This record gives sequence, C-alpha cells and structure tokens, in this order.
Amino acid sequence: MGVKLYGHPMSSCTVRVMACLYEKGVEFELVPVNMFAGEQKMPDFLAKNPFGKIPVLEDGDLTIFESRAITEYISKKYHAPATDDLLRSDSPEESIAVRVWVEVESHHFQPAMSPIIFQHFVAPLQGKAPDQAIIDDHLAKLAGVLDVYEARLGKTKYLAGDFFSLADLHHFPYMFYLMKTPWAAAVTDRPRVKAWWEGMCGREAFKKVAEGMKFEK
Amino acid sequence: MVVKVYGPDYASPKRVLVCLIEKGVEFETVGVDLFKGEHKAPEYLELQPFGSLPVVQDGDYTLFESRAIIRYYAEKYKDQGTELLGKTIEERGLVEQWLEVEAQNFHPPIFDLVLKVVIGPLRGLTPDPKQLKESEDKLCQVLDIYEERLSKSKYLAGNFFSLADLSHLPFTQYLVGKMGKEYLIRDRKHVSGWWDDISSRPSWKKVLELWPGLY
Repeated sequence: MGVKLYGHPMSSCTVRVMACLYEKGVEFELVPVNMFAGEQKMPDFLAKNPFGKIPVLEDGDLTIFESRAITEYISKKYHAPATDDLLRSDSPEESIAVRVWVEVESHHFQPAMSPIIFQHFVAPLQGKAPDQAIIDDHLAKLAGVLDVYEARLGKTKYLAGDFFSLADLHHFPYMFYLMKTPWAAAVTDRPRVKAWWEGMCGREAFKKVAEGMKFEK
Repeated sequence: MVVKVYGPDYASPKRVLVCLIEKGVEFETVGVDLFKGEHKAPEYLELQPFGSLPVVQDGDYTLFESRAIIRYYAEKYKDQGTELLGKTIEERGLVEQWLEVEAQNFHPPIFDLVLKVVIGPLRGLTPDPKQLKESEDKLCQVLDIYEERLSKSKYLAGNFFSLADLSHLPFTQYLVGKMGKEYLIRDRKHVSGWWDDISSRPSWKKVLELWPGLY
C-alpha cells in the first residue's frame, strides 16, 4: 500500500506537496479529486479532511491534510542520507532559518498572492469578472513582500541560506502562476528574486509538476 | 545568554512565552509599543523586516514568526519539559496538521475579529457589522469542525497536549475576555471542555498574570 495523494495537478496546494514528493524521490499515486463537481465537499472526502480541501495524503495508517504539514512530514519521514535535507535539521542555525522563511511564505507571501491568483485564473472559470480592486490591493502588498525578499536574496542564495530548502519549495506553485499573469514584472523587475526563481525552475521536481499546471476545467 | 522575547503584551508573542514556560526555558522580555509604532522603527525592522511581533534573540540567532519559534524550541528542548510534538513521526505529522489548521483556518477570522472589536476602537475605529458577521460565521464553521474532532480526541492532534493546542491560547483568550464572544466557545460542549483544560495549565496562567495584555 503506497503513498496516495488526493488532489488535482493544477491546484497550488497539491503542487506544493507533489514537488516535495518528487524532490525526495517518493513514489506516490495521485488520486484526482473533481473540484468542479464539488467532490471535496462530499462525505467520503470530508471523512479524510473535514475542512473539505485538497490535498490529503494517505501513508499507511496515517491520513494527513494541510499542504505545509504534509511537506514537513514527507521531509522528515523520507529523508535519506543521500538526498538534501529540506529542513536542514543537523544545523540549528540553518533549521531556524528554514522554519522562519517557511512561515514567511505562509503568512506574508501567500495572503498577498492567493487573491490575485483567484481573481485572475479561478473567477473566470466560475463565470465571474476579475475584481481589479482586489488585485491592485494585493499587488501592493506583494510588492512589499518581494522588496523584503530582494533584500534577503542579496545576502543569501536562497531564502533560508545558501541552500535550497522547504522555504523555497513552498513558493513554487504561486510563483509559477504569478509568472503567467500580466504582473510578472513584480518578479522580473527585481533581479535577485528573478534569479532565485529562474534557478528553481531548473529543478527536475519543478519541471515535472509544471506539466500539470493549467487552469482549465 | 538568556533568550529575549520582544512584545510580550500582545497575543502572538504569548505563543512563544507559553511554549518556553512549558519547556522550562529561561527568558526575558523586551516591551514593544504597537500603538506608538515601535514595530515600524528602523531598529526593529532590522530584526523583523515585516514589522510584526514577536522577535526572539537567542545568542547570535534572531528568530521571527511565532509558529516558527515554537517549533524550533519544542524540537531543541525535546528532552525537557512537556512533550509538545508527539512521540513519533506520525504523531508529529498530526501536530503539524492541526498547527496549520490553526494558522490557515482559525487564525484569519479570529484575528479579523480581534482587530475590529478590540484594537480598532482603541484607535477610534468602528467595526462594520457586515464584516464582523462574515468573520464570525467563518470562525463558527471552523469551531464546528473542532467540536466534532474534540468529541473523538481529547486534544487536537490526539490524546496528548501539543503545540497545536498551545497555538490557540493567545487569540482564543480574547474571545473569552472583554470581547464578549465567550458564547462561541461555551455553545460547543467539547470545545468548551478543551478550552478549560488548556487555559488552566499553569504555564498559561503565568503568562496571563505577568502580561495581562488587552484581554
């Protein structure tokens, strides 16, 4: 009984987990959840995640939801000595930095990004016009966050230090979608953020998940 | 050199204070006055570039984001004080899951309510009833799920107290204080029992005694 991931290849949170599974070389089965049919709100799925959101991971007897909890679990459970530790547990200084920048993505980057992605990509699929006021408001917030990143990446190659970590990985899905909006200049106008992003795009794990990331029904 | 925690009068830093007390780690505190804008001063932004609370200084290390800080100390001091991360990788996975639930589902609506009902009036602002109702409804949906979970499990991650429960203390305390929203907890039998349990821990009582804040 292998690892099963319930989700959708275009869903940012599913992508976050898939990227981590690929980085750690963990074999898994992606079980598609039909979001457009509301499958995630049906009793069978709610039994796995009472919040009715994807993704959910099943690994043996463990069922776990919340993408950033899943990536943390995978990083710990499937850390083999030959692969880089995404959590940098052997070094207090490095592991502190990873924890801090994981939270930065969660509490500063995501809240600024998520409404932009929703308004630009998802609202039209629901037959609604994007709300430009919401987009503009969050672009301003995003600018503030990316200014902090630009300064940070002047001191370190990646967010937590001179090493790729879970903190960088968690950014992949929203960054990927941002680059497909009319506001990619938020990244390309900031040379260090741009270099950081382009470096990450070369990773095999990211190339694999990118194939499924298209907003369509 | 003792751990320094900035901003003890406010809620998010209290997440760190209660964790350090549970782990038996000594610390001192440094006051930061949000109402005077001290969190936006250049010296503070050197420590925390987003201007949020808390910041912790521990020797040469500077840490910010309260949930990063509590995870760090719970791991570093795994062998002393209360076990806050479960005993196995799987239990740790469930602790992380419910910590993320707190951060992603519980925190946004309760933070909005606190900002509008407690902090706003101190700045002369009146809350919009429609927005208040929206946040309260969202919080109720989350608390209904907690009620179901806590009818099967003594604490959120399992039958053991963990960081996931601890993380709820600072902002839930507002609900049962002068905010006048205690009914959100008391209307739900299992959430109510869980709240009484976690809020009566000596660590939380000590935090409230020493840093009563705006509750």
